[in-house]
Amino acid sequence: METTTISQAKEKWMAALGTSHAYASGSVAEAFERFDFPTTRDEDWKYTRVARITNKTWVKSDAVEACDVQSFLIPGLDAYTVVFVNGRYNAAQSFLPTEQGIHVSHETKLANQRASYNHFFQAYADAACTDVVNVLVEKNARISKSVHFIHVVTNAQVLAQPRINLIAMHGAEVKCIESFVGTESAKSFTNRTLDIEVQENASLIWDKIQLENDAQFLMNEENVRITGNGRFTINTLTIDGGWVRNALNISLDGQNIEANLNGFYMPRRKQFVDNHTKVDHRLPHCNSNELYKGVLNDQSTGVFNGKVYVHLDAQKTNAFQSCANILLSDDATMNTKPELEIYADDVKCSHGTTTGQLDEEALFYLKSRGISEDNARRLLTSAFIGDVVSKIENDAVREYVTQQLVQRELLVA
Amino acid sequence: MNLISINNLHARIEEKEILRGLTLDVKPGEVHAIMGPNGSGKSTLASVLAGREDYEVTGGSVTFNGKDLLEMPAEERAREGLFLAFQYPVEIPGVSNMNFLKAAVGEMRKHKGLEPLAAKDFLKLVKEKAALVELQDHLANRAVNEGFSGGEKKRNEIFQMAMLEPSLGILDETDSGLDIDALRIVANGVNALRSPERSFIVITHYQRLLDYIVPDFVHVLYKGRIVKSGTKELALELEERGYDWIKEEAEANV
Ligand SMILES: Nc1ncnc2c1ncn2[C@@H]1O[C@H](COP(=O)(O)OP(=O)(O)O)[C@@H](O)[C@H]1O
Ligand SMILES: [Mg+2]
Repeated sequence: METTTISQAKEKWMAALGTSHAYASGSVAEAFERFDFPTTRDEDWKYTRVARITNKTWVKSDAVEACDVQSFLIPGLDAYTVVFVNGRYNAAQSFLPTEQGIHVSHETKLANQRASYNHFFQAYADAACTDVVNVLVEKNARISKSVHFIHVVTNAQVLAQPRINLIAMHGAEVKCIESFVGTESAKSFTNRTLDIEVQENASLIWDKIQLENDAQFLMNEENVRITGNGRFTINTLTIDGGWVRNALNISLDGQNIEANLNGFYMPRRKQFVDNHTKVDHRLPHCNSNELYKGVLNDQSTGVFNGKVYVHLDAQKTNAFQSCANILLSDDATMNTKPELEIYADDVKCSHGTTTGQLDEEALFYLKSRGISEDNARRLLTSAFIGDVVSKIENDAVREYVTQQLVQRELLVA
Repeated sequence: MNLISINNLHARIEEKEILRGLTLDVKPGEVHAIMGPNGSGKSTLASVLAGREDYEVTGGSVTFNGKDLLEMPAEERAREGLFLAFQYPVEIPGVSNMNFLKAAVGEMRKHKGLEPLAAKDFLKLVKEKAALVELQDHLANRAVNEGFSGGEKKRNEIFQMAMLEPSLGILDETDSGLDIDALRIVANGVNALRSPERSFIVITHYQRLLDYIVPDFVHVLYKGRIVKSGTKELALELEERGYDWIKEEAEANV
């Protein structure tokens, strides 16, 4: 990106960072030299406007605020919890693993910079990281309970930039849930980064539930590296939030890997939801399955950009991608862009993106049985996203997600 | 008093006038058969009565139970007691028959000011009504009409009618594509629902169905109008002589 003049917004953000930040030299500093905020002229941000984030002043929380997370727990889920309040790790509210084979540790600073950065926000997340939590799952350990990461924002103007690092070592098995919630008064910008390593024969399931309010901005980046025979599933469930961007990068760096990425989003009012996914097939005999579904109402906007790379060495790859959307309103917009780059010849790859309306014939059929227009739509949208909901393996989590949707009248039970 | 009174009804789709002055009165408990060649407007009549918005009513009136039917949206008509058994029931993947019926029965009861049925009573009702058309229980748990055979779809329509207990059932070629056994099952289901309060408009292309569901009146629809009415003997005559003489008569009267 060429930036000849530095934007006022960037100046303001750099000033807020001060000179005290962790990386006055190295790749973070280089990124700050190189990047201003992304604009819609940048391919990766073509439909994603950040002005509403960049023109505000956000403040890191110095204190670890008190917060009762009871109401954010998932009923019936037997889980360890790791709680962040306003981006700060809250030890008092967390219930860390007590069993053998899993270690959760907390640091206030990142140990290392990345080798390089792709955009301003990524570098800013590291320069002004609010807290770091490291999870290590030992070789062959099978963790009996899920680990539930809860991000709560309680104050206005908060800049929350937590980092989670997770390593599932050789043969380990672990399941995680992550939820993002806001309280009524919260206006915030959360820029959370998750780095995952799934080693040989290890298995990780990650259910991510986004439940922020309309005044909040949520940026997530996941960098996942999977090695031989590893299995990884991530379900990205965007139920609420004013502005959400998910950047999910998965590198299949071994053979016989299985990666599943599913998601749904149901924006309404003026909500904005962006899913950028990248699946990188580097070696032979791996499978990736990607299924995203969106139902967009009112004046909401959705973005789906799905990159799949199949490298020359990645023969016998199976890579499937599908993104299907329904627009419930004439004012809703969905922007989809699948990008497949396939350099190996002996592969099975498919992709399909669709955007349409609810089936009028089906709607009429339901109404002709006395079902109201609203309930008829709900029955059909529930059916539409049902196959993504059913990808959530854990009964308590699936039930919780369903309840959250029912409460918002987005789904019929 | 008439249960439904259709008076000089005109309707069109995409600039094409299909119903061109149709008049028909049905009293409580009566069964009226409507026959007619393909394309004469039988399904259009059924769709217009059920409230499909693709059709534009350009003239005439329909009074149902003393109310202006054409003013009501489709769901309201259903709640008021009108039921259409579709000629081509739509498949709705992902919506279970059970959830669909629960929603429909719930809305009907709400409309009548009744409490929702307890789960146990609902299941009992499903079992009882499914038996009426010999519909296998497992179909109730599948998605609406998904993967149903032609016969199963038609039986499912009658099953839904039995669940919703309308005052007027409109059957649009419910007999088409049925073998003789399925036809008998469907007809038995309909006959079981006949009562002094409940009326039927039975649309059919063939006389065959009327051997089982014996109508009080038979009407012939041609080019959007009823051109001949009679009793069940008229159906037999049509079976024997075809529609050409009707067409000729009708054209002569224009
Ligand atoms: N959606 C439509 N668009 C245009 N013409 C239609 C449509 N539906 C029906 N028609 C026309 O209306 C006429 C009557 O059709 P229909 O009511 O289905 O007749 P029937 O049920 O008696 O066979 C036919 O000429 C048919 O082609
Ligand atoms: Mg027809």
